[in-house]
Amino acid sequence: MSTKYIYTFGVIMTVVVALLLAGFRTVTAEAAARNEDIFNKREILATLAEPLAEAGSPIETLTDAEVLAIFDEQVEQIVVNPAGEQVADVEFSAIDLAKEYKKPEAQRLYPINIFNIDGERYYVFSVRGNGLWDAIWGNIALASDLNTVTGASFDHAGETPGLGAEIKDNAGWKSQFKGKKIYNGDEFVSILVRKGGAIDQEHEVDGLSGATVTADGVTKMLYNGLKAYQPFIEEQRAEAGATSMNLK
Amino acid sequence: MAESTELRTGVVADPKKPVAEKEPLFGKKEKILITDPLLDNNPITIQVLGVCSALAVTSLVYPSLVMAVAVVFVCAFSSLLTSLMRNIIPKAVRLIVQLVIIATLVTLVNEALKVLAFPVYKQLSVYIGLIITNCIVMGRLEAFAMANKPWRAFLDGVGNGLGYGLILVAVGVVRELFGKGSLFAGSPIAMNIIGPSGDTTQYWINTAADSGIGSFFGWYANNNLMVLPAAAMFVIAVFIWIQRSYNSKLVDVS
Repeated sequence: MSTKYIYTFGVIMTVVVALLLAGFRTVTAEAAARNEDIFNKREILATLAEPLAEAGSPIETLTDAEVLAIFDEQVEQIVVNPAGEQVADVEFSAIDLAKEYKKPEAQRLYPINIFNIDGERYYVFSVRGNGLWDAIWGNIALASDLNTVTGASFDHAGETPGLGAEIKDNAGWKSQFKGKKIYNGDEFVSILVRKGGAIDQEHEVDGLSGATVTADGVTKMLYNGLKAYQPFIEEQRAEAGATSMNLK
Repeated sequence: MAESTELRTGVVADPKKPVAEKEPLFGKKEKILITDPLLDNNPITIQVLGVCSALAVTSLVYPSLVMAVAVVFVCAFSSLLTSLMRNIIPKAVRLIVQLVIIATLVTLVNEALKVLAFPVYKQLSVYIGLIITNCIVMGRLEAFAMANKPWRAFLDGVGNGLGYGLILVAVGVVRELFGKGSLFAGSPIAMNIIGPSGDTTQYWINTAADSGIGSFFGWYANNNLMVLPAAAMFVIAVFIWIQRSYNSKLVDVS
């Protein structure tokens, strides 16, 4: 076979495959983006499983339309800067945490979903960090005292299934976050994933066997991620605290 | 019997024409293509191909099962496509062409899953990439599909995919049961077999129970070694051992 044949074959093959894949991707892009959006919204709702179940809409039974309806009606989506001030001129949907984390710290913007379920306020913060192989990210919900965790959900780009990927798949492990506190008195401590098992029941959860690096990644991600929201959290806490102090 | 009658009638009908031996669509040879990779020519335990992914994904049964299905699909259709193109593929670049065929199929599966079943796609995204580098797929394209007709190449792909999947699921069952005390975790039919029942999880054999079967298993604890990828090494090695002690033909005497 001549060299010319090989080149011709290569060019034709490349063009055919490229057109096939590009065409297929273009056709399916919209449906895929919609599915991803709903999946991410379900992940956010998963952090509020308990209040939602009490409000009569457990997340397992929600249809896609109901998920979108909750986000339309019961959520206030705000964007804050590192000083904790609300930024009004940036669309919430334009925030991509992966891109924000590439910017210098002072220029980053962070998204917050504030839910109103049965008159109670819940704050869902989005965080991002690194696992063993690739990026990990997650949502963590705080109750209206901005201290008690209502729930957490995590996702990953490429952690090993059965080991690091347990942060996403192991419901029992995730359920430990419920009821933990991110403040020790007035000091911000975040939540520690401890290898060998939690010692301080209020601020620690058990590690995952075989996934120490990913678990440490979660600890770091929660600390750095929540620290970024700290000015906002403390402002809200101060407002709430001021009301209770007035009562004294 | 039906086969020979058919041949004989063919001879009677047109005695001048040389009888082309008509191959049945699914005869003995085709059956061997499917069954041989399951046992005597298993891709993992005999050919020792695809061991890398067998170590990585077998800590739970459900992902192993899904990986098995995906590999059967990719293996079968890439064999079919390669076999159809085998006479026009330039020999000098055949490996690259094979890789393009596999990668195209894998990408199409990946994109299709995003539309049809996004949660499944999230569950699988890691494995789907692994299929491209799975030695079995390319090994079979190079060893079989490049030299055989499409239908047989397709069957060979299915057979090897199944042979790989069989070991994968078997290793997954051992590792998940002894490593985590559950089976099919993460799937709709998740089963918690053995362990101490708590607030969130109930086990069939509750090792924390005071009475019943569970009370005999108070000493039982999950083996954390089974969760680690190294455990697959031991488990596969034991499978190879068992298989070779049953079938002495497989033992390498050199």
